[in-house]
Amino acid sequence: MDDRHEEEVWITGIGLVSSLGEGCEAHWQHLANGADPEPVIDTERFAPYTVHPLVEVDFSTQIPKRGDLRQMGPWQRLGTYAAGLALSDAGIAGDQALLDRMDMIIAADGGERDMEVDGAVLEGIGKRNDPDAFLNETLSTGLRPTLFLSQLPNLMSGNISIVHKVSGSSRTFMGEEMAGVSAAQIAARKIRHGQSELCLIGGAYNAERDDMQFVFELGSYLWPGAFKPLWEREGEGGGIVTGSVGAFLVLEAKHHAMARGARAYARLSEVLADRCNRAPGAARKNAEKQIDALNGRLEPGPLAVLSGASGAEPETGEERAFLNGLIEKGFDVSARAFGTMLGHSVEAQFPAGLALAAIAAAKGGFFRPFGPGDAETPFAGDPERILVTSWGHWRGEGMALVESVQSTEERVRP
Amino acid sequence: MVQAMRDWTGRPVVVVTGIGIVTSLGRGMADNWNNLTAGASGIHEIRRFSTEGLSTKIAGTIDDFEVDPISAPGLARAFAVESVSEAIAQAGIGSSSSFPGPLFLATPPAEVEWPARIGVYECARNGAPVTQAALKQTAREGDYAEEHALFLFGQVGEYLADRFGTQGQPVSLSTACASGATAIQLGVEAIRRGETDAALCVGTDGSVHAESLIRFSLLSALSTRNTPPHEASRPFSKDRDGFVMAEGSAALVLESYDAAKARGARILGVVRGCGERADDFHRTRSTPDGKPVIGAIRNALADADVAPDQIDYINAHGTSTPENDKIEYLSLSTVFGDELATTPISSNKSIVGHTLTAAGAVEAAFSLMTIGTGTIPPTINYRTPDPEMPLDVVPNAKRDCTVATVLSNSFGFGGQNVCLVLSAEPA
Repeated sequence: MDDRHEEEVWITGIGLVSSLGEGCEAHWQHLANGADPEPVIDTERFAPYTVHPLVEVDFSTQIPKRGDLRQMGPWQRLGTYAAGLALSDAGIAGDQALLDRMDMIIAADGGERDMEVDGAVLEGIGKRNDPDAFLNETLSTGLRPTLFLSQLPNLMSGNISIVHKVSGSSRTFMGEEMAGVSAAQIAARKIRHGQSELCLIGGAYNAERDDMQFVFELGSYLWPGAFKPLWEREGEGGGIVTGSVGAFLVLEAKHHAMARGARAYARLSEVLADRCNRAPGAARKNAEKQIDALNGRLEPGPLAVLSGASGAEPETGEERAFLNGLIEKGFDVSARAFGTMLGHSVEAQFPAGLALAAIAAAKGGFFRPFGPGDAETPFAGDPERILVTSWGHWRGEGMALVESVQSTEERVRP
Repeated sequence: MVQAMRDWTGRPVVVVTGIGIVTSLGRGMADNWNNLTAGASGIHEIRRFSTEGLSTKIAGTIDDFEVDPISAPGLARAFAVESVSEAIAQAGIGSSSSFPGPLFLATPPAEVEWPARIGVYECARNGAPVTQAALKQTAREGDYAEEHALFLFGQVGEYLADRFGTQGQPVSLSTACASGATAIQLGVEAIRRGETDAALCVGTDGSVHAESLIRFSLLSALSTRNTPPHEASRPFSKDRDGFVMAEGSAALVLESYDAAKARGARILGVVRGCGERADDFHRTRSTPDGKPVIGAIRNALADADVAPDQIDYINAHGTSTPENDKIEYLSLSTVFGDELATTPISSNKSIVGHTLTAAGAVEAAFSLMTIGTGTIPPTINYRTPDPEMPLDVVPNAKRDCTVATVLSNSFGFGGQNVCLVLSAEPA
């Protein structure tokens, strides 16, 4: 094994935009302060499906060139915008010397299809005796030539390079929820072992898309009923309510952050990922192995958990059983299924969980229960360490440990 | 105890102990190498679907795999199974169902394809216009679980992880046409970190279908020189007019030198260095002065601790598009200076076509075979040299010479550039 000194991984910038608002403070205020938090949902636009729609955003504040905006679809705009927020928050935006050697690992899906052209194909193709030629002609004449560029997964990071000038390296991970987990995991490992000092990670999900809902419904994954908090959908078979989220973080080697006078929201102490075939109990077993791997860094007593559960069953019920199992091991678990408040955001889900954990760590407090049931219990005081989970709706189990930076000299002043 | 092999910065040395490859040239290393060095092109008229009305009618498709129904992820999966099986067998590592390391997979983005869309639409039709809500409801109520899983981006990686028993969560990635090289780079980094002694790095692509062809056509990226098909891809020629889409997969078993030696494995080569840079200029065009490509090449050479005059051969990205070849020449001439004129450089894409997501892995595999055999594959269709880029492209016929160190270039659409330095086993 590598015997060299392991660098601490700090979270020094956060870009978070969702249905609840924009920025760390907006999310903290909505989810931790005042009255019991309520989600912001739209039940009509995609009825019978509920979505958590993106808050109104002035994209031009992060993407000033109209030409750039025109080249992107909503999904790429959201990611490029949230990436800009994270870079600004970390004090890196516009610092060409830093951007020039900044790495980037983005978790991405594909961009929006042209639903009008798709509709024209579907409507016409069954009436033709030359369906292949009809498909060729309709796509060739109907598709905007540059639409492909707004659909390619790696063009979200391409746009982040073009708009924000991040140009050290650019990698795009795919694979739904686990893309977000792997992005954080690989970036953290690179920093820990001196392969990188500064890395932008994150992802975006546009929930307001018929094409994405269609893919989920091929597997009957969405929740078509009246909105319910995530833990309360189990009795009716479970289901996903998607949410539009852009979530980006700047990960940075501690020595690098200190040298430039940057402060940390929190330390990203560990990111773990594994897979199984989802036989009953297999995902839980993976999560339990992950807890074992954190051995020594978790102490019995109060434990704050940000669960990225999707709402899909039986996985969500199994994750709840895993969390209840932690209680039996002496952890006083206070879980928050943040999908209840932000909606499920697939590739952005894990980065969003990390962002919320980092915000809470910096604030020295935790969020109020997300929903009226008894599944989520109040948490008093400073959590110091927060567990973040994200299990893929289909495959993969991810977990992170986010810890407070105790020195007030080093900590972000919230 | 034997002294552990470390590179110039003290990191574990990463070697290749298994290679597997499938392209339109054939299945397996032997067929591919024979055809590649003979300059026998795999590009042909497309038979998989009708090209009526399309300006490009050729590709390097692989048509002899039983995949039913045909889909891009289904083909990508089948090709990857073939290449991984060969690589693992050659490496003699683990077992055919248990590979002792993680999987890094360059795989194309997936989308629900037309047969599946049309199938749901026809079910939803009941006289009235079909709404989006009706499509979703039909999808929900029907039995489409296989289609759901097939068109998830993580599907190919999950399938391979199950089939070959790789360790932990597979990483699926895209850096467009640099993806295969990025997969190798991720494996190299993991071994250098000491996380694992072995990694399985795979690139695969089976996405030649009507919509993907049309998308590239609309960007004017493809050659329209349909007859004869094997003459369409002509990298570094003055009359090059675009790339030719192709399919394939390559798999590399990477190991730390120490682990490979300890188990007596045959070492096929060393991944000596990796370099990358992102272009921030434009979505389809490179920075005109080549700075990001120059940076990627220099980073790879620096990571390998190799000077330009130590590179015996350059395996070019060489797509045959006017833009790529110009920038690649400009960048190489900037880094190599006068050395470039005497450094052979060839483009496998002249023969194989552009295997897109797989290309970086396919070309790394061919680079290692060049080192192993002492034969440089040619750049075919080189009859009208571009006077703007005076290069020794190993024109039209293979060349035998000793090659110890290769630079392999991969430049992605969207600005992701990755270069690898591959070399012979350390003496």
